[in-house]
Amino acid sequence: MGWMAWTLPTALFFVGIALLLVAMTVWQTVSPGHERKGFLPLTTSRGDRLFIGLLASAYGHLLLLALTDWPLWIATGVCVVGMVIIMKWG
Amino acid sequence: MKTYNNKAWWLVLPVFALVAFSAIIPMMTVVNYSIQDIFDPNTRYFVGTEWYREILADPRLLDSLLRQFVYSLCVLVIEVPLGIIVALSMPRRGLGVPVSLILLSLPLLVPWNVVGTIWQIIGREDIGLYGWILNSIGLDYNYASNPRDAWATVLIMDVWHWTSLVALLCYSGLRSIPDVYYQAARIDRASHWAVFRFIQLPKLKNVLLIAVMLRFMDSFMIYTEPFVLTGGGPGTATTFLSQTLTQMALGQFDLGRAAAFSLIYFLIILLVTWVFYTAMTHNDDKG
Amino acid sequence: MRVRKSLVMLVYLLFVLVPIYWLVNMSFKSNREILGGLTLWPTTPTLDNYRVIFTEPTWYTSYLNSLSYVSMNMVISLMVALPAAYAFSRYRFLGDKHMFFWLLTNRMAPPAVFLLPFFQLYSAVGLFDTPIAVALAHCLFNVPLAVWILEGFMSSVPKEIDETAYIDGYTFPKFFVRIFLPMIRPGIGVTAFFCFMFSWVELLLARTLTSVDAKPIVSQMTRTVSASGIDWGVLAAAGVVALLPGIAVIYFVRNHVAKGFALGRV
Repeated sequence: MGWMAWTLPTALFFVGIALLLVAMTVWQTVSPGHERKGFLPLTTSRGDRLFIGLLASAYGHLLLLALTDWPLWIATGVCVVGMVIIMKWG
Repeated sequence: MKTYNNKAWWLVLPVFALVAFSAIIPMMTVVNYSIQDIFDPNTRYFVGTEWYREILADPRLLDSLLRQFVYSLCVLVIEVPLGIIVALSMPRRGLGVPVSLILLSLPLLVPWNVVGTIWQIIGREDIGLYGWILNSIGLDYNYASNPRDAWATVLIMDVWHWTSLVALLCYSGLRSIPDVYYQAARIDRASHWAVFRFIQLPKLKNVLLIAVMLRFMDSFMIYTEPFVLTGGGPGTATTFLSQTLTQMALGQFDLGRAAAFSLIYFLIILLVTWVFYTAMTHNDDKG
Repeated sequence: MRVRKSLVMLVYLLFVLVPIYWLVNMSFKSNREILGGLTLWPTTPTLDNYRVIFTEPTWYTSYLNSLSYVSMNMVISLMVALPAAYAFSRYRFLGDKHMFFWLLTNRMAPPAVFLLPFFQLYSAVGLFDTPIAVALAHCLFNVPLAVWILEGFMSSVPKEIDETAYIDGYTFPKFFVRIFLPMIRPGIGVTAFFCFMFSWVELLLARTLTSVDAKPIVSQMTRTVSASGIDWGVLAAAGVVALLPGIAVIYFVRNHVAKGFALGRV
């Protein structure tokens, strides 16, 4: 495992993603969601919205790094809010 | 309508295990590397987002990204229609079938560095056929010094190399159309265009999706052929994303920076492919 | 219409064949003749380039190495992809679409991204410099491709066929092997060819994961560059020899590709 060069932030990041996937699976099994249309221009299931949210967050972080000198947690905060909005009304 | 059955997961499990082993572990490693300055696994320093900021501020990324999009667009616009035309022109039976299949697939089988070498030689005006012909009919063609010629050569090389892939996929898709469809069309006296539009094209949709996506993804990570042919030049006229990645990072064995560039690169491909894929499969549900 | 079709085909084949002819042409020339000037055919044909490839052990063993990992990769890819493609084409299950797209994302990852982690991963599990390491690494892009192509072909087989077979008392494995696989022969042929092709011509991963014992022909070719410049003749001859197994594969699968769909003739 040494060669993978783990650090605390990346470890937390991947554990977070893994937990998110497990949570989504459990949620879907307990109360199945259906595809629907929100403000996004296509019909999406919960998983689709999660993917869109995550991808948008990744780009959000890159945008902040490219255009500003602000610390990264600002982007993280905005992305969490955006994620909730996409999941709920997307 | 497909049946809902979670037991189907057992059929997918081997693929999942295999790809997870060779994709997830390396991907995690790349993410780990991207936030550190690494000399070897034991000598490393946490640098946070420094690599990302540096790469995003580098104008070379934007340049080669733009060039890459134009290139991939050209590739798709030329190769997909040409591939369909070639597939439709294939003989349907007789000796012509195996002969043209084999001849068509020849360019696909040439190792990529040799592809570059072939075009490098054939485009030279002193010892190559094409370069000599172009120059003797009075065109001042030189792919090593003229950016426009270099572009054209790389593009024609790509068309030569990969159109067969589109053609082969479409041909096998055409073969999976039952004869009764054609018989029905003949009884209805359908025109060739109608046969293509209403029988062949709908059946080609699946393979065409594969062909378009494959050509897009592969042209987006093209490396070996232009590297051998032009070395990215003249200047940076044919330096595409993969080569920028290699130049910027692997050349200096700068692992952290390479990893950060890789992830940005991957995110770009991911977004574009997702948009493509969603757009092309979206009307599936409507039939 | 027929004439026009044949004409299109002929013109395109000419476009395909001229560079190939140039490669063959070069392989029979000496380096002096290649660099000396434009000649449409070898004026002093020589077999020296081929002699180098068939007598020097580094050349012919690298050729065999390539063949071994490519065939391993082809078998592995088809074995795991066939059932998975069936699942994707016939059933809906939890996370199916996302799983499918995730597979595709592995086909789009540029190999350059994975070079270093792969090197360390396969060193860590002790597979470095073996053909199986390259075969497994190539699965990264070939397995998703195989699943994808096969799924396309399987979806075009009507579902009623499965249902009829199950009513007739076929078990799943028996139905799959006896009835279903023969029906998608064009798909299997095309898939096998593409797995072979993408694995055979891939340079970066194959070169990174091997050093001496399992060195593939593609990386042997990059070593024709010496102090006196590139050995164009030997490189061309190696390129010609590298075409041969692919021609054999396409010859064997041509019937599958050309056979088409038996359904309409019943």
